[in-house]
Amino acid sequence: MTDHVKDKELKLPKISAEDVNVFYGDFQAIKNISMDINSNTVTAFIGPSGCGKSTFLRLFNRMNDYVEGFRMEGKIKIDDNNIYKKKVHVEELRKKVGMVFQKPNPFPKSIYENVAYGLKIQGISNKKIIDERVETALKQADLWKEAKDNLNKSALALSGGQQQRLCIARTLAVEPSIILMDEPTSALDPISTTRIEELIFELKSNYTIVIVTHNMQQAGRISDNTGFFYLGELIEYKNTKDLFTNPKNTKTENYISGRFG
Amino acid sequence: MNNHQKNRIIDLTFKVYGFLFTAISVLILFILLYAIIKAGYSRINWDFLTGLPSRKPENAGIYTAIMGTFYIMVVTLIISIPVGVGAGIYLEEYAKKNGLTNFLEINISNLAGVPSIIYGLLGLGVFVRFFGFGGSILSGALTLSLLILPVIIVATREAIKAVPSSLRDASFAMGASKWQTIQYVVLPTSFGGILTGIILALSRAIGETAPLIVVGAMAYVPFAPKSLFDTFSVLPMQIFTWTTRPQTGFAVAASGAIIILLLITFIMNGIAVYFRNKWQKQLQ
Repeated sequence: MTDHVKDKELKLPKISAEDVNVFYGDFQAIKNISMDINSNTVTAFIGPSGCGKSTFLRLFNRMNDYVEGFRMEGKIKIDDNNIYKKKVHVEELRKKVGMVFQKPNPFPKSIYENVAYGLKIQGISNKKIIDERVETALKQADLWKEAKDNLNKSALALSGGQQQRLCIARTLAVEPSIILMDEPTSALDPISTTRIEELIFELKSNYTIVIVTHNMQQAGRISDNTGFFYLGELIEYKNTKDLFTNPKNTKTENYISGRFG
Repeated sequence: MNNHQKNRIIDLTFKVYGFLFTAISVLILFILLYAIIKAGYSRINWDFLTGLPSRKPENAGIYTAIMGTFYIMVVTLIISIPVGVGAGIYLEEYAKKNGLTNFLEINISNLAGVPSIIYGLLGLGVFVRFFGFGGSILSGALTLSLLILPVIIVATREAIKAVPSSLRDASFAMGASKWQTIQYVVLPTSFGGILTGIILALSRAIGETAPLIVVGAMAYVPFAPKSLFDTFSVLPMQIFTWTTRPQTGFAVAASGAIIILLLITFIMNGIAVYFRNKWQKQLQ
């Protein structure tokens, strides 16, 4: 690889949305949004319920494909490849773009099987490789100390916060480059929330993270850039500190000062 | 009398009413059980279980009927599980919600309510005559499979529906295909429910007489069946035959056979309940 190409790649945004519109039947959920997200950053999407931030997040791993009546216009590029092109293999895309959901959703299997799941579906059967990846992922997700002696215990026996870290570990084991998080701490207590936030901060050096949150303090604490969504539009998107201290749009200002939401 | 008092009286009336009728049904069941056990327990011994049918009531045993029931059940399971569970998975996971699917769903529900003798006539026309299987184990098992398929399909669908969609999402989000998700997440999670449905369907099939009479179950079979195309008898058939005999000794033998049949059914229901409880615990 020549230096020229390398430079170009470095400048490319990790995720790039161009003129994206989303419809559910007649309802337009996303209105003409364009946005670039850079590698190794944490990007937060904030906005009131129903503003389209979750819908927009789920475009990046094509999880909206299953929703009835879903239709999309525009382009979403990851590493400069349009992921909505016909020949794109959705399963391959999702190995690169992991997702953590609002409610912890471990499988009713053991801790080990949960983390090994992504490897199993890729057809990896070498026990040594799986063992290593499970351990690495659990360490990365800050769950190894608590779980190493209980790997065969049911994941459902874990606390809510532990379950969510397990779900993060499960996602990391597949070795994605992007992690999408859809309100990952909204079902958790403050201590568990803090641990997950610290985790997100550590993961940033190796992953590109996009997080939807209802909690503006959380966006302020962990994200580099923040986008404010309102009624399907991206109202304002910039450096987090800048957005919170110096919002250009009155809607943004009203929302972050708690006047509605 | 004010409204509050009125409501209390209505509540109380309904509570007494409900309790009374629950108690009556349980009581009737116990009276039946008592009567049967009293009438038949004297016949239950090893010779009865391993004896061949006989003209003399005191020598008659139920070995061929038990073996017939066993073979019929095994073949019925082999036929109905893949078809029923497969259809349930298809309807729940793959079928698009359109007119055809609706039509299929309504018909499957209707089939569950068709009288069993109709299935017998169908079996007689299709399996015994058209395919030429005769009054064999295979014809009987195919007929019973038709009878319990709707039950298995409905149970499979209910069990699959109970799998939280968040688990499917998690699997898809990690790059699993549809079939991988079904294979590794949906089926293991719904296994208990599907199994419960299968066992309940089977305990219905085990007591069926009417369709098997039509298909050609024998009242007297001297040997236990050895192949799919052998003639057969089954426990309810044996009971039915014995109760039509004039000798009192056969009535006692019939009671004995009823106890065995009830025992098998209760054990199967017990297993179903056990798996359902285990499955519910796993999902929590």
